[in-house]
Amino acid sequence: MSTDFVPELVPDFGAETTTDRKLAIICSKGNLDMAYPGLVLANAALGEGVETHLFFTFWGFDMITRSRMAQLKFTMLGNTATHLPQGLGGLPGMTAVATHQMKKQISGIGVPEVPEFLDQIVASGGHLWACRMSADMMHLTEDDLYEGVEDIISAADFIEKTDGAQLLFI
Amino acid sequence: MPVTTIAGRDIHVDDEGFLTAYEEWDPELARSLAGRIGIELTDAHWKALTFLREDYAAQGETATLRRVSVVGGIPTKELFTLFPKKPAKKMAYVAGLPKPHGCV
Repeated sequence: MSTDFVPELVPDFGAETTTDRKLAIICSKGNLDMAYPGLVLANAALGEGVETHLFFTFWGFDMITRSRMAQLKFTMLGNTATHLPQGLGGLPGMTAVATHQMKKQISGIGVPEVPEFLDQIVASGGHLWACRMSADMMHLTEDDLYEGVEDIISAADFIEKTDGAQLLFI
Repeated sequence: MPVTTIAGRDIHVDDEGFLTAYEEWDPELARSLAGRIGIELTDAHWKALTFLREDYAAQGETATLRRVSVVGGIPTKELFTLFPKKPAKKMAYVAGLPKPHGCV
């Protein structure tokens, strides 16, 4: 193995260059499998020092609604990526079985359930925002929502708060 | 594999500067590594670094931030205060370990 001598090599932790990077993630899905991409990416971004904002809208509201956030489900129906016959997914109890299996796989690799994942994101400095229109449609108030949610805001407010951010719609 | 000089010693590192030889690290070196990234080590830092070193020896890979908080018992918020902005990578660097590969 060749050895190169480097007098001064310190990892680049991006002290100045990355401080103004911002990420906005719109979570619009309420399925268990579609909740995770946003949470994993938000967590990763925060760990890299990126200012991160999550906006929960439409079905994504389930991710921050106290009564539902721990009960998100996974269904085989309409999801060909399970590579199982679609008819199976329609059998009674299959959604519960599929959900149980997915939760087992997720916890098996040390990834937390949705409420605990949100705790971690908030502790890492992430910002959670709830969509005003979704709250009005579902007749929900801040009392119905996870305590880490900072506020219920309009789409325009969110756009304003995330000025200059990179944006992900999930 | 590059070699660099840290605190007057020749140390093996990867292309980014993370240490590659577990046994080349000692607490004195950690103080120099921390100093290079603007961190002065306190007892609270040492608790995290000690966990990382021991966990790496047992698991063969660097603990993620979540593992340091759940298994090591140091709250996530505190880790962001101790090692600002990029806690997982900074901790790994000061602990003389490769950067963590886990996603969560």
